[in-house]
Amino acid sequence: MIAAAYATVVRFTRGLGASTHLSDRFPWGLWVGFDVLCGVMLAAGGFTLTAAVHIFNIERFKPIIRPTVLTAFLGYMLVVVALMFDLGRPWRVWHPLVMWNPHSVMFEVGWCVTLYTTVLALEFSPVVLERFHLTQALKVVRAISVPLVIAGVILSTLHQSSLGSLYLIVPEKLHAYWYSPLLPVFFFLSAIGIGLAMTIIESCLSARHFGKKLELPLMRELGRILTVVLLLYGMLKFLDLYHRGALDLVLHIGYETDLFLLELGLGLALPIALLLVPRVRDTEGGLYLASVFTVLGFIVNRLNVSITGMEASAGVSYVPKWTEVAVTAGIVAAGFAIFGLAVRYLPIFPRGVEELAARPAPRVRLVHVRD
Amino acid sequence: MSLAILYDATLCIGCKQCEQACADRHKLPYDDAIAAEEVQSDHKLTVVQGRDDRFMRRLCMHCVEPTCASVCPVAALRKTPEGPVVYDEDRCMGCRYCMVACPFSVPRYEWTKLLPRVRKCDFCAGTTLAGGVQACAEICPTGATKSGERAALIAEARSRLAENPAQYVPHVYGLEEVGGTSVLMLSGVPFESFGYRTDMVKEPIPMLTYRVLSRIPDFVPLGGILLGGIWWITHRRDEVAAEEHAAPSGEGR
Repeated sequence: MIAAAYATVVRFTRGLGASTHLSDRFPWGLWVGFDVLCGVMLAAGGFTLTAAVHIFNIERFKPIIRPTVLTAFLGYMLVVVALMFDLGRPWRVWHPLVMWNPHSVMFEVGWCVTLYTTVLALEFSPVVLERFHLTQALKVVRAISVPLVIAGVILSTLHQSSLGSLYLIVPEKLHAYWYSPLLPVFFFLSAIGIGLAMTIIESCLSARHFGKKLELPLMRELGRILTVVLLLYGMLKFLDLYHRGALDLVLHIGYETDLFLLELGLGLALPIALLLVPRVRDTEGGLYLASVFTVLGFIVNRLNVSITGMEASAGVSYVPKWTEVAVTAGIVAAGFAIFGLAVRYLPIFPRGVEELAARPAPRVRLVHVRD
Repeated sequence: MSLAILYDATLCIGCKQCEQACADRHKLPYDDAIAAEEVQSDHKLTVVQGRDDRFMRRLCMHCVEPTCASVCPVAALRKTPEGPVVYDEDRCMGCRYCMVACPFSVPRYEWTKLLPRVRKCDFCAGTTLAGGVQACAEICPTGATKSGERAALIAEARSRLAENPAQYVPHVYGLEEVGGTSVLMLSGVPFESFGYRTDMVKEPIPMLTYRVLSRIPDFVPLGGILLGGIWWITHRRDEVAAEEHAAPSGEGR
């Protein structure tokens, strides 16, 4: 935390040159690759789960929707904080909202992230409003909840895929493992997978931390959907490499190949193997492990697209400076801390099972109030 | 009318007067140490590189359809109808997507400053848009850098190739690369030997993302209707179930 604070001071008093290992040859590093690309990806649980519950009407997932939406909201807020570090002139972060260039993917991402963060704030607002008994405002938010969820899903689809589209513009620069016309599809599909995996991870962690009972049947179901998404992604990835003639690249020795195989191993091979074994899939530990591998694998994927894959064409090797790492770690830590505080002071998790057992009557009312 | 530069490396003697003139025009420092630098940077917008007695220039190519201008979220970079690709620092928020996206890796950044700007050759827009000539072309003692109208310069480049085929590699660099550039180049040695890529696509790169982006206006309403429809169907099923449930027993939940 002290390191992060000091790094922040360096960044805002001495500039990007002093606080990063970025250069003219390598203008985007860890802050874009991890803080922005991974940050947005890890927050994908929000739209995945709201779509499942509110649009596909899968009521069973309702108990875990609040923590998931909270994570998504926090995730996006922290992505914006990270952007403040990375932008050369951060106080102009609002510029794309008034200075338009609809030909730019970045412009679209800027708009989507702004709008979606607003949507997430509104989706999360009932929790706060309930806490302070603001019934009028609560009614307004409830009334617009369906269009809100639909807008959220559309906005997420757009910018999750657009983060992949950002790299469509560098056909000559991005390594053939990762440059594909299907980049937007890959980013979107993996965002859904990560959304599911993150929901499983969070549920397991919170169950442990806050002494709640894990909704294992729900998790099993999420795990099953995750398996399908991963299989679909893996098949598409294979077909893409095959049709672009990039498959034999795997025979080349080099750190790109190593990291590519690491990405596939962690993100696809291991979790799919785990999830296909019923004995593993049906246990909390198995689901948790498979989800952790998935998330790690796709973090490697995002870093590969943004860093590994760009190094060869840049002709330099980029290793983040300690200040970059400190800021990133600080942001992640802040995320956990705020989540912990929110869980403590706001009605995020459904009442504990033991409470419900003791007082069965309020349950009906609880369901009612939470629509 | 579209402005362009024709740089003929076979005429270049490596005197670097273009570098000096560029620095003067943009009020940038220039001394022997800077003259010796062979890379573009925030204080050196054009560079003359030397290999033995061969020379090659590097500057912003001023693409006919510039990738930097297409990716800039705030339109700080823009192609003027007259040819120069210009930068408006008052719009720029410093995302550096232009630097990532430029197929020639031209834009540079003021990494050491707290109010950093993107720096690159601007074709001396202040002068050329008023009918003048780029500083580098104006000062060139051998005519290696020549300013003119793009179509006329293309014709001239072709006739030079036709007249002296032995002297040149048979390629007008910038004619077709990424859809064409406003900087055209001739050389006696392969362009690759100075690090210029000759395997570039002939199609303007901005099309790669625009093809995807242009679908969004259709996607939003269609997606809205689709999702709204799914919501309507899935919830209707519940309503029906609730009504059927309510009818015989006489009470709901």
